[in-house]
Amino acid sequence: MRRALPSPFVTLALVLAVSGNAAALPGSASAKPDKRSTADHSKFKVLQQDFKSGQEVTRACLSCHTEAARHIMKTRHWTWEYTHPDTGQKLGKKTMLNGFCIGDQSNEAFCNSCHIGYGWENDEFDFANEENVDCLVCHNQGQYTKPSGLAGHPAYVRTEYPPGSGTFLEPVNLAQVAAHVGPTRKENCGACHYNGGGGDGVKHGDLDSSLNRASRQLDVHMSADGGNFSCSTCHQTDAHQVSGSRIAPTAADPHGPLLRGQASDRNPTTCQSCHGDAPHRAPAGRLSVTQLQAPELLNAHTRTLACQTCHIPTFARGGIPTKMSWDWSQAGKMGPDGKPQKLKDEHGHIIYDSRKGQFGLGENVTPEYLWFNGKVTYTLQTDTIDPSRPVPINTFHGTPGAPDARIWPVKRFRGRQPYDTKNLTLLVPHSAIPDATAYWYNFDWDKALRAGAAATGMPFSGQYDFVDTEMLWPITHMVAPKEDALDCHECHRQDGRLAGITGVYIPGRDRHAWLDNIGWTLVGLTTLGSFGHGLARILTRRRKAQDSDAGTPDDSHGAQT
Amino acid sequence: MSERIYLYKRFERFWHWSQAALIIVMLLTGFEIHGSYVLFGFAQAVRAHTLAAWTLLTLWAFTIVWQFTTGEWRQYLPTLKKVDAMLKYYLQGIFIDAPHPFKKTPVAKHNPLQRLAYLAFLALMSPLIWGSGLLYLFYPEWPNWGLDRWLSLEWVALAHTAGGFMILTFFVAHVYMTTTGHTPFAHIKAMITGWEEAH
Repeated sequence: MRRALPSPFVTLALVLAVSGNAAALPGSASAKPDKRSTADHSKFKVLQQDFKSGQEVTRACLSCHTEAARHIMKTRHWTWEYTHPDTGQKLGKKTMLNGFCIGDQSNEAFCNSCHIGYGWENDEFDFANEENVDCLVCHNQGQYTKPSGLAGHPAYVRTEYPPGSGTFLEPVNLAQVAAHVGPTRKENCGACHYNGGGGDGVKHGDLDSSLNRASRQLDVHMSADGGNFSCSTCHQTDAHQVSGSRIAPTAADPHGPLLRGQASDRNPTTCQSCHGDAPHRAPAGRLSVTQLQAPELLNAHTRTLACQTCHIPTFARGGIPTKMSWDWSQAGKMGPDGKPQKLKDEHGHIIYDSRKGQFGLGENVTPEYLWFNGKVTYTLQTDTIDPSRPVPINTFHGTPGAPDARIWPVKRFRGRQPYDTKNLTLLVPHSAIPDATAYWYNFDWDKALRAGAAATGMPFSGQYDFVDTEMLWPITHMVAPKEDALDCHECHRQDGRLAGITGVYIPGRDRHAWLDNIGWTLVGLTTLGSFGHGLARILTRRRKAQDSDAGTPDDSHGAQT
Repeated sequence: MSERIYLYKRFERFWHWSQAALIIVMLLTGFEIHGSYVLFGFAQAVRAHTLAAWTLLTLWAFTIVWQFTTGEWRQYLPTLKKVDAMLKYYLQGIFIDAPHPFKKTPVAKHNPLQRLAYLAFLALMSPLIWGSGLLYLFYPEWPNWGLDRWLSLEWVALAHTAGGFMILTFFVAHVYMTTTGHTPFAHIKAMITGWEEAH
């Protein structure tokens, strides 16, 4: 029996990837039988049932994988809760705000299709019931989706959603899916992590479905002709705890590579955990002084830069745009027929939706850069805001030049979203559930905000407006091959990518103006003096020659030449 | 008629011209690294600058040995004798065709002003540019050597840039001074052939 610990599997995948046995790796869309597994799930009697619900499948899973649900219940994938150890802030998807769909609360049945459980549609969800854990969402090998609106359930029968819309959700074949479970593929993680914010590539900018079939240029690790990594190759999992976090990321990891099996409490997702903090090496047989870029010099950059800064030149590179802005204040404008409308740009991407407002999209976006030490604080609903300037939904901390901070690439997303003008708090609208108050179905902000405030337990004065917000996303995926890393010149010049970065002296960008003034004056005066002196010599020589010509013709043959 | 004297030996000429080429490369690439213009591209400039630096250091190692084994080092001993006469010549005499106050000989081929200028180059600019330059070059090693606690790249770069400006100034003046022989190219010719047309 293979226990439900994916980590040996990940290690195995890594070994095979390194040895070039790409054909047997997971990641292909079609569910091929996994020849390396010691268990063929289609042969298990307990899985040969006519499953009526997800919970029934989970019960079958747990009959062998007895501890799996208990693992899951300790993870943030399950709790959607996280207390930041440094700031004490209560974070996690349950209560955090964002500038996209804004908030989960009151919209659970819609948003929680991305919860790894079944049935979370309100406060009454039983987090202690092991059968509510959805094993399939992470371990299916295809043909399993959890549509928005069903509170984390797949469609068990053909379902019209939203009711009366004429759009139908096709049912999943649970027995078929359960018989072919396997290790987590990119598509499993991507089903939610690509689609955060309501669509492919919307939120992160460095995560979208183009990674499923990544070219080497898009992602050197994940592409089939590169490392052919799945997400979990880096996001190594221990007892279902997936490593890596954007709420508490590791900004600096100034250590060598981890050896396989080495006991360590380091975050295994960092670049350094494999590559170490001195990753640049001279090609064999060449003196480093003749190198185009001396490896020592590049390695010295790791003291100030995140690897991502040079190795992810732009994000949203896979042909799928990411949302750079979202203006909720523009929502509610109906089409000529008086019905909600969607407007598209020349590429067919939606840039206006009556339900949501105006979008700004970006592809091949050059990141912004900032000093980051891994500490992030959030503006929560309980925080008072200053509407006179853009409200930071989150703040990345880091002292310029500090040893624990690195210069990181980020996506800066700009939102415009509702807030309470009296209480000066951000508001969560009730938006996505087909009922009498949700914004998408009634286009009435007052009702939507009132319902949202009630669901989040926050006061609402009844007076609202829209405020500019900003949200930062660390850019860490879509690592380009080394030949596409940033050229030195991108930063080592004035008005380069790091123009606004303080705390570090960048040759080519920085100078002392006074020294340049003195220096060039000195050089200029010397040049001028030389020319003046030379000119004087020429002029006096000519006069001497003229004098000789006019005065004593006999001497003319003796004139200097 | 003029007589010819052999002033610059073969190694000396090789040293002079290869050093000149290296210094020109280092000035061009150095000020590009400083951000004054874009010529080769930053990475190429750094590479060329570094390579030229190591080459020049090697050349200097040979030259220093040469200076001492031949005794030529004495040519750089400073003197204040006739400095006033030299100054007067460049400020006045040169325009009225006065005779040059210094007569070059193989044992004293530098005039007193040259001696002072080369001494300044050797004793002032050279330590500044090499000291700061080597620190700059070995910036990656600072933490290993414990230097990062005492030094900032900003001040090393500042010192190096100051040295660069001094050398550029020296270079401009030096090139102009080569034209002050009895013909504009007399000095350059001597540095190429080794032979000075005594006048």
